Amino acid sequence: MKNRNVIEKEEGMNVPGVVYASKKIFNEIKGDKTIEQVKNVAKLPGIVGESIALPDCHRGYGFPIGGVAAFDLKKGVISPGGVGYDINCGVLLLKTNLTSKDLIGKEKMLADALEKKIPSGVGRGSPFQVSYKEFDQILEKGSQYLVEKGYGMKEDYLFCEEEGCMKEADASLVSDRAKKRGIGQLGTIGAGNHFLDVLEVEKIFDKKIAKVFGLKKNQIVILVHCGSRGLGHQVASDYIKKMEEEYGIKKFPDRELICAPINSKLGKEYFSAMSAAANFAFANKQIIIHWLREEFINHFSKSKIEVLYQVCHNIAKFEEYVIDGKKTKVCVHRKGATRSFGPGRIEIPKEYRKVGQPVLIPGSMGTASYVLVGTKKSEKLTFGSSVHGAGRVMSRTEAVKTIKGENTKKRLIFQNIILRSGSDQLIIEESPEVYKNIDEVVDIVENLGISKKVAKLKPKIVLIG
Amino acid sequence: MLKFKFFSHTADIKFRAYGKNIEESFENSVYALIKSISNSKIEESKKIKIKVSGKDMESLLYNFLEEVLYLIDSKNFFVSKVRNIKINKKVFNLSAEFSGDLGKNLKIFSHVKAITYDEMFVKKIKEKWIIQVVLDV
Repeated sequence: MKNRNVIEKEEGMNVPGVVYASKKIFNEIKGDKTIEQVKNVAKLPGIVGESIALPDCHRGYGFPIGGVAAFDLKKGVISPGGVGYDINCGVLLLKTNLTSKDLIGKEKMLADALEKKIPSGVGRGSPFQVSYKEFDQILEKGSQYLVEKGYGMKEDYLFCEEEGCMKEADASLVSDRAKKRGIGQLGTIGAGNHFLDVLEVEKIFDKKIAKVFGLKKNQIVILVHCGSRGLGHQVASDYIKKMEEEYGIKKFPDRELICAPINSKLGKEYFSAMSAAANFAFANKQIIIHWLREEFINHFSKSKIEVLYQVCHNIAKFEEYVIDGKKTKVCVHRKGATRSFGPGRIEIPKEYRKVGQPVLIPGSMGTASYVLVGTKKSEKLTFGSSVHGAGRVMSRTEAVKTIKGENTKKRLIFQNIILRSGSDQLIIEESPEVYKNIDEVVDIVENLGISKKVAKLKPKIVLIG
Repeated sequence: MLKFKFFSHTADIKFRAYGKNIEESFENSVYALIKSISNSKIEESKKIKIKVSGKDMESLLYNFLEEVLYLIDSKNFFVSKVRNIKINKKVFNLSAEFSGDLGKNLKIFSHVKAITYDEMFVKKIKEKWIIQVVLDV
């Protein structure tokens, strides 16, 4: 099979590894520890099938980014490093009733207004404040709680993975330290590769499915990428420490691979705390949706903003697959990967269930983003997973050495894209050339058949940190 | 002596911090961490005393640097200077005094999400202490 690179089982590996990548990408990642990390994940107890890396993969810590691994519920483990520090970092796509014509002449004003309205929050916090009592409710009910309180409508969470709430969440298993890091940050984007983009639907590949998703050519859409901020990061750190205390650190080739049996008390507690952090991330985006609606109505009095879909990138979930001819429930870890379920899965909102779930793949600053649809084949090949973006190729240190921020800015101006950023260094560090080519990554994904192209989006306004 | 140096890493930030004793290398690792987040000169307008413990030298370092991130997220406080740092190498605990300023006065380009154990070490080579850390950004 093309673009499937098998890493044969070696001593200690319970299953083989697979890197789905073109020759070019496979050669690129050979230099950066990704393959070693794929092998290390294959050594964990109870791993099922293969230790997988997707075409946007690059080295992470413990598990690679762009990594997918599924574990047997009886013999397997759950690992905070397999989810990542930014629990439920993910992408939200909003559709509007506006077209690119409505935006003409208003782009700069809208960019300024959005920059003011939606805070990055780093070192400054958020204007959205709640009591600790309410905060616990948010951790346990996610977006659903905020919608109950008037910050949105029911459809906002219905068109969201897990309907905006992981039910196993338990706020009492989240440390006070994590809560203190998160309570002042609801409704903030963060920095680094997080962003808010206003885009135009440039091209439709599949008319039928685009119609089901509610997408039309030239329509204005909004793409938001952010996660669970300081709260999720602290939950990950806390449970890495707890697991080290319980199980010791000597067993694993990399300290970040620490894990607990899925069935153990600590394993279950981590899952509940991770779910609470995931709910924080859902709620975080719900506040942003609310603020976007408030701001858009100021500029476009008849504007309507609806959620197309929201996906999780960094998460562990219990999902059912046919393995060796038998329906089997496993614990799937996705670290920098998007769920890509095909038609029929009960987890998909019923409006989309006949065609498959939307798979949202953001490009880098100034490049295209894509909407794809999940497939049955992804359930066979990648435990229902697809890529989460272009994937980095160049380090920040190298970017600062080789890229001139002025050139990046000029290029975006030339492309008629309005860029707003808190800092010039961030523009350099997130320049398009530090990422793989998104068009190439998406083509590999389509060739593999793990998701299919539906629409291509062209950025108009890019807001970062 | 060089306080710290950044190294290439595909998606994250890797640095080494140096010191003639372990306290100085820990102190310099805080400066490297802050440098990864903001380029601004940070005033010393506020002081915070901290105490941290660990299970070994690496976890002590992890928890010490995590305290810096905790103060940023929970108090919007950015460390400018570390003083009176004392490390007990036998029981792996540490006390120090941070002075710094609020984030609203600074230009921030990155948000370090977490300290990681990836490639972390705390070593004494000849008369010099070297610390290596990879930050998740």
